[in-house]
Amino acid sequence: MSGPSDYQPSNPALQWIERRLPIFGLIHSSFVAYPTPRNLNYWWTFGAILSFMLGMQILTGVILAMHYTPNADLAFKSVELIVRDVNYGWLLRNMHAVGASMFFVAVYVHMFRGLYYGSYKEPREVLWILGVIIYLLMMATGFMGYVLPWGQMSFWGATVITNLFSAVPYVGDSIVTLLWGGYSVGNPTLNRFFSLHYLLPFVIAGVVVLHVWALHVAGQNNPDGVEPKTEKDTVPFTPHATIKDMFGVACFMLLYAWFIFYMPNYLGDADNYIPANPGVTPPHIVPEWYYLPFYAILRSIPNKLAGVIAMFGAIIILCFLPWLDAAKTKSSKYRPLAKQFFWIFVAVCILLGYLGAQPPEGIYVIAGRVLTVCYFAYFLIVLPLLARIEKPRPVPNSISDAVLAKTGSRSTPMVSTAIVLALAGSLFAGSIDSAKASEGSDTPPGNKWSFSGPFGTFDRGALQRGLKVYKEVCSSCHGLSYIAFRNLAEAGGPGYSVAQAAAFASEYKVKDGPNDAGDMFERPGRPADYFPSPFPNEQAARAANGGAAPPDLSLITKARSYKRGFPWFIFDVFTQYQEQGPDYVAALLQGYEEKVPEGVTIPEGSYYNKYFPGHAIKMPKPISDGQVTYDDGSPTTVAQYAKDVTTFLMWTAEPHMEARKSLGFQVFVFLIIFVGLMYFTKKKVWAASH
Amino acid sequence: MNPDASTIAAGAPIEVDLSPIAEGQDIKVFWRGKPIYISHRTKKQIEEARAVNVASLPDPQTDEARVKSGHEQWLVVIGICTHLGCIPIAHEGSYDGFFCPCHGSVYDTSGRIRQGPAPSNLPVPPYQFVSDTKIQIG
Ligand code: FES
Repeated sequence: MSGPSDYQPSNPALQWIERRLPIFGLIHSSFVAYPTPRNLNYWWTFGAILSFMLGMQILTGVILAMHYTPNADLAFKSVELIVRDVNYGWLLRNMHAVGASMFFVAVYVHMFRGLYYGSYKEPREVLWILGVIIYLLMMATGFMGYVLPWGQMSFWGATVITNLFSAVPYVGDSIVTLLWGGYSVGNPTLNRFFSLHYLLPFVIAGVVVLHVWALHVAGQNNPDGVEPKTEKDTVPFTPHATIKDMFGVACFMLLYAWFIFYMPNYLGDADNYIPANPGVTPPHIVPEWYYLPFYAILRSIPNKLAGVIAMFGAIIILCFLPWLDAAKTKSSKYRPLAKQFFWIFVAVCILLGYLGAQPPEGIYVIAGRVLTVCYFAYFLIVLPLLARIEKPRPVPNSISDAVLAKTGSRSTPMVSTAIVLALAGSLFAGSIDSAKASEGSDTPPGNKWSFSGPFGTFDRGALQRGLKVYKEVCSSCHGLSYIAFRNLAEAGGPGYSVAQAAAFASEYKVKDGPNDAGDMFERPGRPADYFPSPFPNEQAARAANGGAAPPDLSLITKARSYKRGFPWFIFDVFTQYQEQGPDYVAALLQGYEEKVPEGVTIPEGSYYNKYFPGHAIKMPKPISDGQVTYDDGSPTTVAQYAKDVTTFLMWTAEPHMEARKSLGFQVFVFLIIFVGLMYFTKKKVWAASH
Repeated sequence: MNPDASTIAAGAPIEVDLSPIAEGQDIKVFWRGKPIYISHRTKKQIEEARAVNVASLPDPQTDEARVKSGHEQWLVVIGICTHLGCIPIAHEGSYDGFFCPCHGSVYDTSGRIRQGPAPSNLPVPPYQFVSDTKIQIG
């Protein structure tokens, strides 16, 4: 986009088009001949990674929208049906949900890169501001997307965030009503969020075009912060930058795939597997990890309006960065002081993120206040001051000088950057888990599960026994409403034949109708029917069980978790540990004790359970030794029952787990080969330029 | 994008029978999608609410102004935290009133804010007594 192109296609058909619409010339001058500084490092590939992620989100999102129902009563179920019944629906959903997180990982790296190398300075101010606008749009899109599954965190996250606007003086409440389309968060809210969630990515794409346009007018910044002067300072975009970007994207895909296939729920919140309930607020409301630093700023200010202003201010201040930092030297490489403060700032952001996930009490509040001050001080005091007092080292004359003078010292900051960023990602992400309430309950012991790890599969025997335990014990109070009898015969399940599943179904009575006379009637179950629930509605379940409705068990192993704490949540990323739910369920079933320990009072109608948060559970001890008979000679003990039924419930929570893990392996084999090929191609292309 | 006609119609007043609520107990009803706490306060709770120095409160309001005279034992408030909209839990917190688990706001037995980031008292919805044991909310 830098001036008219002299590109002429050789094909006559293309020439014909080119004379009427010079689009090939545009593409050629922007993405082929475009001169790019030859000293760019890998942090510059994040622009391409972000474009890739945007494309990915739009593609998977459009397909998901074909199956999703934006209705408060149906949304949660429709998401579960996508995961269970749509072909590769689980893959689409994981790609989209994990993709949002990866999008933010990439955008944070991209922004910190810009900060470090001074990419916001003259003449790139507009480029930078467009970037901040994209970031704001991404936040809005991400937030609304998180509301769509309509789980508990969706609902209460939406409530808390929309209520931020009620802090606006005078018109606040009307703004909030306008956002809700009602008197509280409800169906109209969900509908408009869906509409906007579909629209905004295209707005983002539009602003991205402007962002790239501005980039191609001003030219790319580079690690040395000196503008290209001669031919020698640049290389053509294609093949040099193209291949390097492709290598970067391929590496990023490894990280992306790790989460999609092996840790899809790590970045989410267990509470979001509980359907939205406007009557119950979860004990800790935690936003998605990418908002945590701002959430921490919001909470650390005791005044509502001031808190909201500080939170938005923390983002808006970025727009003024080009004028707050008036230093002439662009790259922090040549600014000894700025470099150190930059890393302190990175640490402040990470710690703020960590605090955002902690309960707002005691030391966390004080630390939050200190760090909030540090955050703003970086922009308002440190940067303006440094511009005055700092003595930058001399910058090289030109890019080619810098490349020639390149010494071994260059690699050290890169390594430390990588470490800090890896730490940042895992700390942020894991802090969601650490925010889980676990007051007054013991940590469940870990178990060896057949389904854990990258090659985990379900133990068929355990699934079949677990089904028996569910049917004979649990099903008298707990539903299993997302599981149909046909699922029992599906691959990766308990391994029954279609005929066995049909026979199993026919033992149940299912309500159907109305018939021609307009009456409801009962008939034997068919494979397509779902497990009937023991109670007709939640109120009946509540009334029959002393005020506490027994939860549906289809998703229970994903909807329960416990605090992992620092530093376990970081290790979990690498060990793929994600069996908190099963560990908790198995422990709960074995956690009943006759003798209530000293100092704990259990109200009338409740029972003492070691692992239940708060210890007082309404469910009586559900099972005892020898209660269910096993045909295969397995021990009929509570420990065995707990293990079997938990395995079964893990399967009900994710019937396609085996498919996920085995596809993951294939994808990884492919990606590793692909990354290798890209690496050597890149080396070849760049051989002459280094 | 304001509420449509059916949403407004569904927000019409509702009647609630108070006779089943024993002293010291409370119920939660939904009106306009918002939880409304109706608590039957004990003598002690009423005294606590009236004993405080009103001027010292973050959002000064007397208990008398928050209940209907002649029906002092009934406290009717919208159970939505005035901070960011979570639902406070009844009978918790250090003031024997409500406690919001989200960011730790504490309300007293009159639903007034005593501690935490919330700026104002729990709002009292429009309601009146149609008989001694029945109220109409809205
Ligand atoms: S919403 Fe109740 S304290 Fe924040």
